[in-house]
Amino acid sequence: MIYNEKAECMSAPEKEGLQLKRLQDVVKRAYENVPYYRKKLDAAGITPADIQSLEDIEKIPFTTKSDLRDAYPFGMFAVSTDDIVEVHTTSGTTGKPTVSGYTAKDLDIWGEVVARALSMAGATRKDIVQNCYGYGLFTGGLGVHHGGQKVGCTVIPISAGNTQRQIEIIQDFKSTILTCTPSYAMYIAEVLEREGVLPEDIKLKAGVFGAEMWTEEMRNEIERRLNLDALNIYGLTEIIGPGVANECMEKNGLHIFDDHFYPEIIDPQTLETLPEGEKGELVLTTLTREGMPVLRFRTRDITALRKGECGCGRTHVKMDRITGRSDDMLKIRGVIVFPSQIERALLKIPGMEPNYQIIATRPEHLDELEVQVEASPALFSDEVKHVEQVTRSIEKQIHDEIGLRVTVSLVEPQSLPRSEGKAVRVIDKRDMS
Amino acid sequence: MSEDKRRKLKQISVFLENRKGRLWKAMNVLSGAKINIRALSIADTSGFGILRMIVHNPKEAKKALEADNFVVKVNEVIAVEVMDEPGGLDELLGVLNQADINVEYLYAFVEKKSDKAIVVLRTEDVDAGIAALEASNINILNADDVNLL
Repeated sequence: MIYNEKAECMSAPEKEGLQLKRLQDVVKRAYENVPYYRKKLDAAGITPADIQSLEDIEKIPFTTKSDLRDAYPFGMFAVSTDDIVEVHTTSGTTGKPTVSGYTAKDLDIWGEVVARALSMAGATRKDIVQNCYGYGLFTGGLGVHHGGQKVGCTVIPISAGNTQRQIEIIQDFKSTILTCTPSYAMYIAEVLEREGVLPEDIKLKAGVFGAEMWTEEMRNEIERRLNLDALNIYGLTEIIGPGVANECMEKNGLHIFDDHFYPEIIDPQTLETLPEGEKGELVLTTLTREGMPVLRFRTRDITALRKGECGCGRTHVKMDRITGRSDDMLKIRGVIVFPSQIERALLKIPGMEPNYQIIATRPEHLDELEVQVEASPALFSDEVKHVEQVTRSIEKQIHDEIGLRVTVSLVEPQSLPRSEGKAVRVIDKRDMS
Repeated sequence: MSEDKRRKLKQISVFLENRKGRLWKAMNVLSGAKINIRALSIADTSGFGILRMIVHNPKEAKKALEADNFVVKVNEVIAVEVMDEPGGLDELLGVLNQADINVEYLYAFVEKKSDKAIVVLRTEDVDAGIAALEASNINILNADDVNLL
């Protein structure tokens, strides 16, 4: 099912022509309307007129998450707030959130790209989309909502959580498309099994899962247990939200909607652009956004690009499944966690040694975080009750900071590895490759 | 030394990670420092253990263990002598129960030179524990005596 054949199956020359024209437009708009970009381009000695070919994009300086954060709340907007009709933010767990503003036309584009994504999963106006992405400032819920309505599906805005209710709705409303994080899909499958509901008894045919890294094995597991096609969706608030890219039924890479989002891969160390097929950090430029144009945003996500026509007929460039990050950020159950946040929480505890290690695992299908901290005289006492109280209060402190429950374990002093250079704070045992 | 101080016995407690060889390592350190252990108990949880000991020289023991990166605390407990016969502990705990005093933990050892058992105990409030026991004429041992037994 191709939602917009003209846009999705464009020939390479046609697409490149369109991308260049749009790139020139967006650079000009950003330069003229966003002081941040004017300053940045001026400093780099670039004017919009210097963009003569797609390769010229490499002259433009990168935009990072901290640039966007510094512009909080509306500093990156290229239009007056009168013209902004919707705003979303990232969770803001690492400081100020980054804000994304949308004009009516931006919402239309967002709806369009998500509509393309859902259509890849076979969605038509006959379908019932059970949307368990969170509604609110998080882009997941409303992003999928806009796209589902664009297709003409019946969208159930059930949001995340309350699994018992989710199960009831799947059965009673006969939902055909499930949208949520892959780990939540696994959880739903488990609860269905516990309740004795057979995969044949539900009508789900496809799932559009994203907001966290997952593996091919997990796809197979979800497909088997829920009896549906599980597709990977990718997106980020800074660029638009979900719907930057999505997998088609070929299930070997995600089509980036590159008539709206221009992708590049760079070496995160040298910052040089890498050729097609090489693994590196994904950099995205919004080609059409009005409210908040973003030039060369460093996503920190590690992937590779693959061109050429896909078996599905689409010509959108494909990106591999995300396998890691170029910084030490962790995505745990869809929530972004930086080791620095955990450190900040730990250091609020009197007598705490700043030696810790974060271990991410996925024992069943949900991510778990264990934080090991070294015991010190201040944390230790002769009473079990007291030591347990201490670990619980550390767990609470971390929970307050990152919004996730973690398990704190005390280990003996000097037992955590020390290193000469950058300390290894995170051990990710989830095996995403 | 005040009478009250003398009644409080120094105990050392050591944090042990639930990991193979850790208890041995602690013992190895103490044996290297020529420290004799009078009494010992271990409280264990799924994540960690607390090793509590009465030794003849708590200060030295602490120093030796800390030199080997163990987390050590010295705190005060009460040592009580009871008859090594049925009912000995019953009477002791009865007194504390009567006085509404919570016992955090206790462990006991038998004194070789007499027919008495020595109970090491930690009440939530050590002073209240001592007061209640004294009021009932239970024999609290002199701390120096116990460490040197």
